[in-house]
Amino acid sequence: MNNENSIGQKVSGVFKNKIGILIALIALIAFFAFLPSTSNVFLTSNNVLNILRQASTNLYVALAMTMVIILGGIDLSVGSIIALSGVITGGLVAYNGFPVYVGVIGGLVVGLVFGAFNGLVISKTTIPAFIVTLATMNIGRGLAYIYTGGAPIRIVSDEFNFIGAGYIGSIPTPVIYLIVLIIVAMYIMNRSKMGRHIYAVGGNPQAAKFSGISNAKVVFFVHVFSGLMAAISGVVLASRMFSGQPTAGEGAEMDAIAAVVVGGTSMSGGRGTIGGTIIGGLIIAVLNNGLNLMNVNSFWQLVVKGVVILVAVYVDYIRNRKGK
Amino acid sequence: MNENSDFLLDMRGISKEFPGVKALDNVNFQLKEGEVHSLLGENGAGKSTLIKVLGGIYSEDSGEIYINGERVQLNSVEDSKNNGISVIHQELVLVPHMSVAENIFLGREPMRGLSVDFGKMNRETNELLKTFDLNIKATDTLGELSIANQQMVEIVKAISVDAKILVMDEPTSSISDTEVENLFTIINQLKANGVGIIYVSHKMSEIEEICDRVTVLRDGQYIDTVEVKDTSREKLVSLMVGRELDNHYTREYHGSNQRLFEVQNLSDDTLLKDISFHINEGEIIGFAGLIGAGRSELMETIFGLREFNQGKILMNGEDILVANPEEAMNHGIALVPENRKESGLFLDQDVKFNMTITVLEEFISPLKVDSKIERSIVGEYIKSLNVKTPSMDYPIVNLSGGNQQKAILGKWLATSPKLLILDEPTRGIDVGAKSEIYDIMNKLTNNGVSIIMVSSELPEIINISDRVYVMSDGEITGELARGEMTQDSIMNLATKNL
Repeated sequence: MNNENSIGQKVSGVFKNKIGILIALIALIAFFAFLPSTSNVFLTSNNVLNILRQASTNLYVALAMTMVIILGGIDLSVGSIIALSGVITGGLVAYNGFPVYVGVIGGLVVGLVFGAFNGLVISKTTIPAFIVTLATMNIGRGLAYIYTGGAPIRIVSDEFNFIGAGYIGSIPTPVIYLIVLIIVAMYIMNRSKMGRHIYAVGGNPQAAKFSGISNAKVVFFVHVFSGLMAAISGVVLASRMFSGQPTAGEGAEMDAIAAVVVGGTSMSGGRGTIGGTIIGGLIIAVLNNGLNLMNVNSFWQLVVKGVVILVAVYVDYIRNRKGK
Repeated sequence: MNENSDFLLDMRGISKEFPGVKALDNVNFQLKEGEVHSLLGENGAGKSTLIKVLGGIYSEDSGEIYINGERVQLNSVEDSKNNGISVIHQELVLVPHMSVAENIFLGREPMRGLSVDFGKMNRETNELLKTFDLNIKATDTLGELSIANQQMVEIVKAISVDAKILVMDEPTSSISDTEVENLFTIINQLKANGVGIIYVSHKMSEIEEICDRVTVLRDGQYIDTVEVKDTSREKLVSLMVGRELDNHYTREYHGSNQRLFEVQNLSDDTLLKDISFHINEGEIIGFAGLIGAGRSELMETIFGLREFNQGKILMNGEDILVANPEEAMNHGIALVPENRKESGLFLDQDVKFNMTITVLEEFISPLKVDSKIERSIVGEYIKSLNVKTPSMDYPIVNLSGGNQQKAILGKWLATSPKLLILDEPTRGIDVGAKSEIYDIMNKLTNNGVSIIMVSSELPEIINISDRVYVMSDGEITGELARGEMTQDSIMNLATKNL
């Protein structure tokens, strides 16, 4: 009955789960590829690169969010970090006349500082990550508005625009970064000591402590990484929009969480994969793109996205229940 | 058909299979009215599965269940409750922020109109508590009670639904001796009222004291049902393991005179007072005492998990600082904690992950993960500790308690410790796995490892330790050499400060 397959399921659990959502992704692609209203455009290389570009800035954040959620936490501040790092980069270049690379470094430092602050407070106190990052989310967004006075900062610089809107060969630059960042994230989770420590602390913090792992270091690292990834996303988005906007990245935390959850990472911590998140992010991007091509209005797109998240989490829930 | 009317509960030919494991194979179990019937077997023998079938959590693949001669189907927890079955699980399933009364009446609160009748609820709860002579009030917040009292509330809750069949799964695992006596009084009252009690425990002394009959399971099979008064401890053990176990507790002395580790005048500001002790190379020293004496806290302090404000810790005569477990590990100290599930295991992960988390640097370099070395480390300890697992990639959650314990031991042995601290190393594991752990301890000391063993089981302390320190209320109240250890001498020291 319920437990009939539990052992077998657990053995191949991680693998199987990925197969499940991979099939979902392929089915979705097949659907749009054959649907009369989208079939002539959907699989063109232009559109495929478009999908990847759309997925990329969300995935930067989602890769780190996977680690945060495996730790059993959440990072709500990433959307605000996207905005603040974008406007600081813009300000340094447009207001202060610094070279582009200084602006970019400035933007990334914003992410590191916010991440370090989140990590420090969460690891040194018992205040939940949800509350801490809810606070820094408001602080970050507020600072972005204060710094800009509410208006976008226009950046006129080909050099800067190349960062997020350029191409290397025929590949958009954000997709190149995505590939690099995926390799980094996979390295951390699958090939490094830190990755095992993240799974350990997320799965059982007390046992991790008893095993000689410094939980505080792990929490700190993951939040710094999350801040940095959000900042990269912020700089790339600012470049793509030719401006640092205080409204950028609104709801980005939710899109990232959606990719992570659809990708099969458990909100209760300890379990999840980068591979799952990549597929989750792609499912959301394909869905957005396909619905756009179908001319479905954006309000309905939200409804569809919500349903997809719910279905994914429900499947996760069923799986958990069977495991027990 | 009324041929079963002799029995309150009659489970016949129950089988239950999980992929790869026949958890129950044609098992019979019969419970009489007013009987305390022990279910005995090693971990993995099928006790829990049988209880879960009875509790409606698992459905049997085949077999029949009769209650008072009536065939019943127990397809859900609801079915089971409706048939008068009440299960007290090993883990507490109570709500800590609610009052005792709210917990006991959870889900069946007495109502007055649209609101809960708290007055009636508290009154009835106090009456129940009084019958069991418990020093708890209905309005106490559950989470503020001691673990033992919480367990008592769980028992009262189970009884308050007028259960005909009461299942107790290791009810004494977290309560003290006086509370065990209380529990036994309660059990005797229930017996007199005709309740049938299924009592699962590893503790032979409890079975001898409270149970009428014992049913032994082994590897999912029914072995025998015997009257307690007609049997002996040796007989029961041999039924459980399928062979006579004699002297499985003995140890030859191997310690040297070379002092390895020493604690001098250690105090913290909460519990530990002026602790001094030492251990020689290859020695096993026992730490005896009652629950709350501070033994686990002392070990956690040595391992860098707790702070102390006075005293010294010396390794090979050198003053060492252990600010955190990582530093303790660097000095060759390992601690296998008391609570396997809470402090030892990563239940989401496989055996391999669990056994290597302490030695990742041995096979993970900045450039690659050498899974060959990883697998050889794990393989070595799976073999030398005889961890029974289908493979090292198997989820650790599916192993039996004894094998989980051996896997945790393996993760610490992989760090090649000089000082191994074992906190209740055999709690909740079966006799066979116990003697395997003793063998391992003997072997380790032969190779010069020193072992500190915290244990609440006196026979274990007496038979395994070369020397024993006894603690009472945060102090070491005595040190006993091998010839001086008796249950009496240890208990006298353990209660000295109380």
